Amino acid sequence: MGIINSQQSAVGSLQSGEEQILGSSVLLTKLDAIVGWGRKYSFFLYPFVTACCGMEFMSLAGPRYDLDRFGAALPRFSPRQADLLFVVGTISHKQAPILVKVYNQMTEPKWVFSFGVCATSGGFYDNYATVQGIDTLIPVDVYVPGCPPRPEMVIDGLLKLQQKVAKEKWSDWPRGEAPVTKNK
Amino acid sequence: MTAMESITLKKLKEKFPDSIVDTHSFRGDETATVKKEKIIEICKFLRDDNELLYNFMMDLTAVDYYGREPRFEVVYHFYSLKYNRRVRLKVPVPESDCTVDSIISVWIGADWFEREAYDLYGIIFNGHPNLKRILLYEGFEGHPLRKDYPVRGRQPLIGPKN
Repeated sequence: MGIINSQQSAVGSLQSGEEQILGSSVLLTKLDAIVGWGRKYSFFLYPFVTACCGMEFMSLAGPRYDLDRFGAALPRFSPRQADLLFVVGTISHKQAPILVKVYNQMTEPKWVFSFGVCATSGGFYDNYATVQGIDTLIPVDVYVPGCPPRPEMVIDGLLKLQQKVAKEKWSDWPRGEAPVTKNK
Repeated sequence: MTAMESITLKKLKEKFPDSIVDTHSFRGDETATVKKEKIIEICKFLRDDNELLYNFMMDLTAVDYYGREPRFEVVYHFYSLKYNRRVRLKVPVPESDCTVDSIISVWIGADWFEREAYDLYGIIFNGHPNLKRILLYEGFEGHPLRKDYPVRGRQPLIGPKN
């Protein structure tokens, strides 16, 4: 909807003479809007699957819930080719440097999806081994709690992310690397 | 039947009268508490004696009896494939001398078990060829399954809020 609105406003600002000349063969819009529109329907996922939420992710990506309907179908197993990092499952402290490395390897623009309560906050793994939420490591765009989350929740989260991406501007990127704290 | 079941403990007591601190037998579960100095010899005896032949080291773990002296206990479970028998050895380990001899020379499969017990309880296994952390990472401070490890203890390795 965003693109149509901005198109209308852009068209509205034309002089009446130009509008008559260009007619319906030319579509005028803002660059931010058209790029955001393109991005939000072509996510390339990187599934960072570490735990049982992965089964739920497979069901989500499969035909029944069909993430392809939202343009986010194809998992890329190289971070260089992905722009949406799905963190699916518990992240332990031992795993944390790997997650940060994968995030930093992704090309910008990139987004992070926290799938399930363990990735979001550590969940019930409130212990010495588990990272208490991946937002202590990398910036997160959408949190979907649940153990595991229902596919409908994830789809809702993806739609929320699409809305967010559609509103982004050129100046929002690049954002730079996530900071890595070396072992003391 | 009872005599059959307790043959392990009986032979152990005969062979190592000074090293067996205590024995316990309940419905076929046999336990011997032994002194740590003789653990390798006892293991070799259990493995090689023709009437015992405990050729399978099933488990090796540790327990922290915080507040008790000796504080730790290393627990071994052995299984005899030939006789279908099991035995449990408990070795008390004081905190002041938190070491016990490695039994890798008897069962090489004890390798990772001993590393795990070292990782989580901080018990040093003398003679282990590669005694380093197995589950946690290098740089982790402390041994988290010790009862005095803080429940909310966090390792400030990565990330600002951890």
